[in-house]
Amino acid sequence: MPQIFRRSANTLAKLSIVVGGVAAVSVVGLLYAVQVSPYVTEVRVVKDQPIPFSHEHHVGGLGLDCRYCHHTVEKTASATVPPVATCYNCHKIVWGDAPMLKPVRDAYKNDTPIEWNRVHDLPDFAYFNHSAHVNKGVGCMSCHGRVDKMPMMWKEKTLYMGFCLDCHRNPEPNLRPVEAMTDMEWEPSEEWKETDKFAHLGIKKTKPGHINQLTNCAVCHR
Amino acid sequence: MNETKLWKSLEEKAAITAGGAPKADSHDRFNPFSNDFLSRREFLEWSGGMAAVLGAAGCTRQPNEKMIPYTKAPERVIPGKPLFYASAMSLGGGSLGLLVESHMGRPTKIEGNPEHPTSMGATDPFAQASVMGMYDPDRSKVLIQNGQVTFWGNFSTQIAALMAMHRAKKGQGLRILTENVISPSLGAAIGELLKTMPEAAWHQYEPINRDNEIDGLKQAFGKSVTPWYDLKAAKVLVSFDSDLFGDLSGVRYSRDFAEGRAIATGKKDLNRFYALESQPTVTGSIADHRMPARVGDIESMAAALAQKLGLGVSGKPELNPEQRKWVDAIAEDVQANKGQSLFIAGRWQSPAVHSIAHALNASLGNTGKTVRYLPTIEIRADKNSDSIKSLVSAMGSDQVETLVILGGNPVFDAPADLGFVNALEKVKTRIHSGLYLDETGSKCQWHIPEAHYLESWSDLRAHNGVSTIVQPTIAPLYGGKTHLEVIAAIAGKGDKSSYDLVREYWKSQLGGDFETNWRKAVQDGVVEKSAGGGESVAVQGAANWKWTPNTGELDIQFRPDASVWDGRFANNGWLQETPRPLTKLTWDNAAVMSPNTATKYGLKNEMLVDLQVGEDKVRVPVWIQPGHCADAVTLHLGYGRRMAGRIGNQVGVDVYPLRPSTATWLRPGATIKATGSTYALACTQSHQNMEGREIVRHATLATFLGNPTFAQHHEHLPKNVQGLDVGTAGGEYAPKAEADYQWGMVVNLGSCTGCNACVVACQAENNIPIVGKTEVTRGREMNWLRIDRYYEGDGENPVAHHQPVACVHCETAPCEVVCPVGATVHDNEGLNNMVYNRCVGTKYCSNNCPYKVRHFNFFEYSDMTTPQLKLGRNPDVTVRSRGVMEKCTYCVQRISAARIEAKSENRKIRDGEVKTACQTACPTQSIVFGDISDPNSQVSKLKEASLNYSLLGELNTKPRTTYLAKVSNPNPKLEAKQPEQGAHHE
Repeated sequence: MPQIFRRSANTLAKLSIVVGGVAAVSVVGLLYAVQVSPYVTEVRVVKDQPIPFSHEHHVGGLGLDCRYCHHTVEKTASATVPPVATCYNCHKIVWGDAPMLKPVRDAYKNDTPIEWNRVHDLPDFAYFNHSAHVNKGVGCMSCHGRVDKMPMMWKEKTLYMGFCLDCHRNPEPNLRPVEAMTDMEWEPSEEWKETDKFAHLGIKKTKPGHINQLTNCAVCHR
Repeated sequence: MNETKLWKSLEEKAAITAGGAPKADSHDRFNPFSNDFLSRREFLEWSGGMAAVLGAAGCTRQPNEKMIPYTKAPERVIPGKPLFYASAMSLGGGSLGLLVESHMGRPTKIEGNPEHPTSMGATDPFAQASVMGMYDPDRSKVLIQNGQVTFWGNFSTQIAALMAMHRAKKGQGLRILTENVISPSLGAAIGELLKTMPEAAWHQYEPINRDNEIDGLKQAFGKSVTPWYDLKAAKVLVSFDSDLFGDLSGVRYSRDFAEGRAIATGKKDLNRFYALESQPTVTGSIADHRMPARVGDIESMAAALAQKLGLGVSGKPELNPEQRKWVDAIAEDVQANKGQSLFIAGRWQSPAVHSIAHALNASLGNTGKTVRYLPTIEIRADKNSDSIKSLVSAMGSDQVETLVILGGNPVFDAPADLGFVNALEKVKTRIHSGLYLDETGSKCQWHIPEAHYLESWSDLRAHNGVSTIVQPTIAPLYGGKTHLEVIAAIAGKGDKSSYDLVREYWKSQLGGDFETNWRKAVQDGVVEKSAGGGESVAVQGAANWKWTPNTGELDIQFRPDASVWDGRFANNGWLQETPRPLTKLTWDNAAVMSPNTATKYGLKNEMLVDLQVGEDKVRVPVWIQPGHCADAVTLHLGYGRRMAGRIGNQVGVDVYPLRPSTATWLRPGATIKATGSTYALACTQSHQNMEGREIVRHATLATFLGNPTFAQHHEHLPKNVQGLDVGTAGGEYAPKAEADYQWGMVVNLGSCTGCNACVVACQAENNIPIVGKTEVTRGREMNWLRIDRYYEGDGENPVAHHQPVACVHCETAPCEVVCPVGATVHDNEGLNNMVYNRCVGTKYCSNNCPYKVRHFNFFEYSDMTTPQLKLGRNPDVTVRSRGVMEKCTYCVQRISAARIEAKSENRKIRDGEVKTACQTACPTQSIVFGDISDPNSQVSKLKEASLNYSLLGELNTKPRTTYLAKVSNPNPKLEAKQPEQGAHHE
């Protein structure tokens, strides 16, 4: 009986192991790449908005404090998108006739709210609370990035559970004095580096290896 | 274990008596693989297919969401922080003061108003469910004229013309029909209208009325007053068939009663409660002595007691030896407690019994101490049956041209013999204002949607005379109008809003600086100094009082329903699905009777019977109820609605056709006949059976004083696991010291009446869906908190125990170790967390839970599409979809809110700062929650009490919810019928 396979088939068979392995790894890698790509995570993806509002201009340029508009950030779960009235406070006069701001004037006069496209969107089963973070030394920048350099708003971090947990397991690197909460250019001073940040902010420190209140499921999920 | 066995159903009792083990029937009722469902193979095929489809569906990106801020933000509204507004709800001529929780203008939850005398911070199930009632998508949404949609302006112009005609005739031909009005401003508006049109007339009718009480008071004192009881001052209470705790103002009364038996906090001289009852109620279930007796027998006993205590009541009551013994014992007890006893007659007892009760209170010096008499709560106290009778006869003789019906549903619930519908059709112009386009609304040319109390400005009186300003928390969802606005339109005041009308009224009432006083009244929920003085009363002519003993073989008793009341809450799914306090039936009414009566007529549960008196007949399923009196059948009102809405239509049987004006509460001379067919009832009674273990522990006061630790010697545990030594070193969970708080709960079984307020409160707080009757029969009800009801002793008159059971948050939780995906895990504060987003629905946890407190979403029970229902949900709690397990979280959203607030103020959470939804709703304060690592917290102190015990503690689950054993205070002279449980054994 003649041989079915030629001798070169051995090489091909060996090669197929390698090629198959590479292919499998690439498929998994590709899927992973898609999963962490901005297509899925929407990190640094700019969304269209009814008005091209620039944080870069208002925060970086004019130096408005975050809390001028997001005024409930220290009081409650939601930082709050400001009501049109807040825009209109200034833009009644400043750029009062600008065609770009017509939607603001219309909204104010007709009492019809502006519908913004949500950039930071947590799943509905996760209950994030702004006040709990900013009152305990986590600055705006830690999650939102350099808002003062964003002409249009984008998401700086994935805001996935892993991102949250990294900090909930080890909050220290993200802690800053409460006074510097909205400061976009804050750098830790030597004195701050030396401070017991937990004691300063009144956070209970747990022993390593123990379950920490911040990693209790019900802290975010309920 | 000793010989006493508790039983939950008569089937179980029979099994115990026969010596067998009680049958477990929680999960074997429904077999998904039976013939009417998929075959096993098909099921697997579908499962595989669905898994693939759902897997693919999971790969989509999150959809874009909009953010819609206010244009001009309202003052004081902070998104995420609820505001609480004082208000009040009326029901059947009584009112309950409330605080309404509002999230950005949407009322989501009701709490009691601690400042209000009828509430004291607690609520009843009706108030809890009223949020659902407001968002009900079946409420009427448009103004209707002759079947055509029209608008308010059209109505007010046409009514103005009509009223001009009536006014010319001094109001002749105009009639107004309302429910019992307890709103001062509405009463004043109607009074004023009648002044300008003296020939017009105002009628009041409600099927559940206090006619007998009014008659009894008139008989006793010669005038109309409202009694207000002070149960705190009463040492001995005697109820003649009164459902004191389940009825109006029951919230306050049960609170005061519970304070009289606060044994866990050291009180030793407990009050004593004798209840004579024609059918089991929550009131009787907490009494020290309870006797089921026919209505006529209770009358005889009341008369005998009056004679024994020296009142000149005529006649010779015939009593059996047992009844005689009771009368003697009660007489002796109340004489020893003069000025500290109290007699209360139920609204279904005859006027004679009411007058006897009042006269007894007077002769024993209780008046002014345990009972005070106040001006009537109604603006005008009418005997409802007379009032509707005179209206029907006027309509029948063509004297009525225009009838304005404000609220109520007389077409459905007017006395059957009057022929209300036929008479109504003779009226030329019929105007109806109500929440629903119901049976009555559809028979009227005009229908005006009514504003719900959560949408209205109004005012209400409470039983002790205090007034409350009702303020809205949302603009009328469906453009409803208040009764006050309708009356204003009729009175020719144009389109005044009820805000202006209510203010106008109170301007004349509140002295001093009106704006300041008004703001204070609205904010407090109580108008200062509005209570008014007491009325002086004197008993007259006891010798002429007529009492009537029983006649006939079989009585039919009509009673308000614990869920739908007179039928008005029929479309409220939360209430429909709440198991009725003692029958544990959902979604139906039934012919409720005692086991002996059922045997006498050869009847079994769920058999359909024809109940007949004369020509009137209804067909009802039988429900056998231990503790019901013999030779009587109780029918609950309010079912069989025809135009209630998608939830309430055709639920149960309409028994109003059997209820003539001559027999409001009792219809003797009935016959009962089995039809041969059956009807399935959805009962939660034997679901989740605890298999005959001794789980409710109780003793008499005497036993307790002799053996204070009786509750703690039922199971024998190794020393190291006994008690609540939480966080044993080296244990699985973080040691206690690591966390700031350790949460725990205590439930006092000694004061729980089983009223259901906690059950509905939990439903409202935690977005718990309803599942419908079919799913309840399959054991799939979703209520996180259930009230287990156990019986003990004789089937004709057993002792009832109530035990609220939700997740007990075991420290060594059996559910956690079997979850393959870590969806239920412990946190370091002792909570057993349920993580919905991890749950894959294996249901292993539920199988391994000894308390059966986990509930699985077999389908998407929550309505995710109806927009109104979305508005009413608690935004702080996830709305669960299908395929996940859920259970009590100890209201973790409330803990989180308190924690965040405390942290930002750099302090610890104070004791009492976190109150669970069930705790705040509880009228008797039977539920206490808090930090058990703080030895000074209220919950820690209660856990130190010797009455404290763990449910199924022998399993070493170390539950964080523990129970306080029940201690009753029976009269030693009356042979204790309840078996003793307290004896210690080794």
